[in-house]
Amino acid sequence: MKRLFVLAVMLCVSLQAKAVLTIEITQGLEGALPVAVVPFAWRGDAGSPPPQAVGEVIAADLQRSGRFKPLSPDEMLARPSRGEEVDFRDWRALNVDNLVIGEISPNGPGGYLIKFYLYDVFRGEQLTGYSMPTTARDLRATAHSIADIIYETLTGQPGAFATRIAYVTSERDSAGKELVELRIADADGYNPQTIVSSKEPIMSPAWSPDGRKLAYVSFEKAKPSIWIQEVFTGKREKVSSFKGINGAPAWSPDGRFLALTLSKDGNPDIFILDVARRSLRPLTRHWSIDTEPAWAPDGKSLVFTSDRGGSPQIYQVSVNGGEASRISFEGKYNARASFSPDGKMLTMVTRVNGQYRIATLDLKSRDFRVMSTGRLDESPSFAPNGSMIIYATRVNDKGMLAAVSTDGRVQQRLRIQQGDVREPVWSPHHKQERIR
Amino acid sequence: MKRNTTAWLTIVLSALLFAGCSSTGTKDGDPGASVEDGTGASTMGASQGGSWSGNPLDNPNSLLSSRTIYFDFDQSTIRSEYIDVLRTHAGYLNTNRSVAVTVEGHADERGSREYNIALGERRANTILRFLEAEGVSSSQINTISYGEERPIAFGDDEASWAENRRGVLVY
Repeated sequence: MKRLFVLAVMLCVSLQAKAVLTIEITQGLEGALPVAVVPFAWRGDAGSPPPQAVGEVIAADLQRSGRFKPLSPDEMLARPSRGEEVDFRDWRALNVDNLVIGEISPNGPGGYLIKFYLYDVFRGEQLTGYSMPTTARDLRATAHSIADIIYETLTGQPGAFATRIAYVTSERDSAGKELVELRIADADGYNPQTIVSSKEPIMSPAWSPDGRKLAYVSFEKAKPSIWIQEVFTGKREKVSSFKGINGAPAWSPDGRFLALTLSKDGNPDIFILDVARRSLRPLTRHWSIDTEPAWAPDGKSLVFTSDRGGSPQIYQVSVNGGEASRISFEGKYNARASFSPDGKMLTMVTRVNGQYRIATLDLKSRDFRVMSTGRLDESPSFAPNGSMIIYATRVNDKGMLAAVSTDGRVQQRLRIQQGDVREPVWSPHHKQERIR
Repeated sequence: MKRNTTAWLTIVLSALLFAGCSSTGTKDGDPGASVEDGTGASTMGASQGGSWSGNPLDNPNSLLSSRTIYFDFDQSTIRSEYIDVLRTHAGYLNTNRSVAVTVEGHADERGSREYNIALGERRANTILRFLEAEGVSSSQINTISYGEERPIAFGDDEASWAENRRGVLVY
């Protein structure tokens, strides 16, 4: 019998505490691998330690994945930070499979050098080890990259810790005036930054494949327009502002095109915009609603939502247009599909007995699985390594984010202290860079 | 011609009901009529003004004060109880050709957001076509869909959803 056990990881931080997303794992993986991440030793001046506890960030990442069960530092029998200090018997006694140790040294003004080692405790051998220069500002980012290396070494799949999520927040002041913001945070909820703030709705953020730009819909000036904004500079431009709907932007895998929904010709159809040339071509032409395009990772086809059959369902069409074929058949409501990074699976919103939930469809086996348990779940987005799906849910009349592992076994919830959070989108893998 | 069947039904319905005023609206009018110049409305008024001497839009006893109509779940057909309201607005707009109105379409929060934008637009268009079928010039009408982005009731329940599935006339 699978137990529902709660591992609350309170990731509160003093800076910008109100905006930080708090992540709690609401259902963990039975049989998560026991791992020990020893707090990294500081080799510099005892009076001025690094501003981040690197080992703790790594341990929290591994725990959040649901695949690892980090040992509490209180239970550790020793706290080695160098290879020669490790006595594997200390860790075998605690049934720890893998051990991570490390140290941080000063490295020039404002710089640090992190060295870490990953061991297989039972074989008593080192699996990997790196030396990574970083800065005070990038300490957390470097810790996430280390967690990615550990994750990949132990599971064979790339990690997705050194990534970000974009999401939309909504807060109302005492007069009921709404403030809508597009924010970006690290995948663990830290470093939230507002990149657009508006009194009008903001919708449908979409990361460019290089992770440097976001396309989104903004209703500023009382009409919907699509904007592309550079994440690091804040520079932005309006790329679509036709009469009617300008919505649902989706980047092609090569970043050259945006698929979008326009109703300029009378009803919503999907168009392809050449971003550099600003030229537009229609992809679908149908009297029904066609919207929510998403590209296959090979760029050769797109899926979209259409009610041409009488209820919203997912259809697939070649990037060159032509006949669309229906690919969702389960139930009367399937919408907002997107591909897994390997292109083998779709995630979508589905209606089950009046409840809106997140589902996956295996494109080969046609296996359709409902992954979430809420009433009003929407906006699913795969992590760039395909391991998790993040989505929006509502609990007690409040919007929050949740994530489920693609195998359905790990569930987590991301809370923000005030207001609503919605429309999460996971960034692609990209080189860490700080937002200015 | 790309029109959804519901909208056509509504046009046919309104044409049948109000054959006297079913002059076909202009089809190619400028849809970009400005929202802000509602202040251009004069004080001489539509028929329902009674003893009201101000702007008829401000007369609380007129059907013109009803600006919101509600829709059934997943539907964009105009319910019969709102036909008089929309007809009164059409009469006002026909009398005051310089007045522009924005028709907002809204959806409840269930389901995906962009699909709800499309649903909201379908609702706004149903109202637009009703007004056009009543003789209002399309140059007087602007439409916008807010989907589920602008709720007026905030509960995750049937009562709130019913309030949020709406079309709103904004002068």
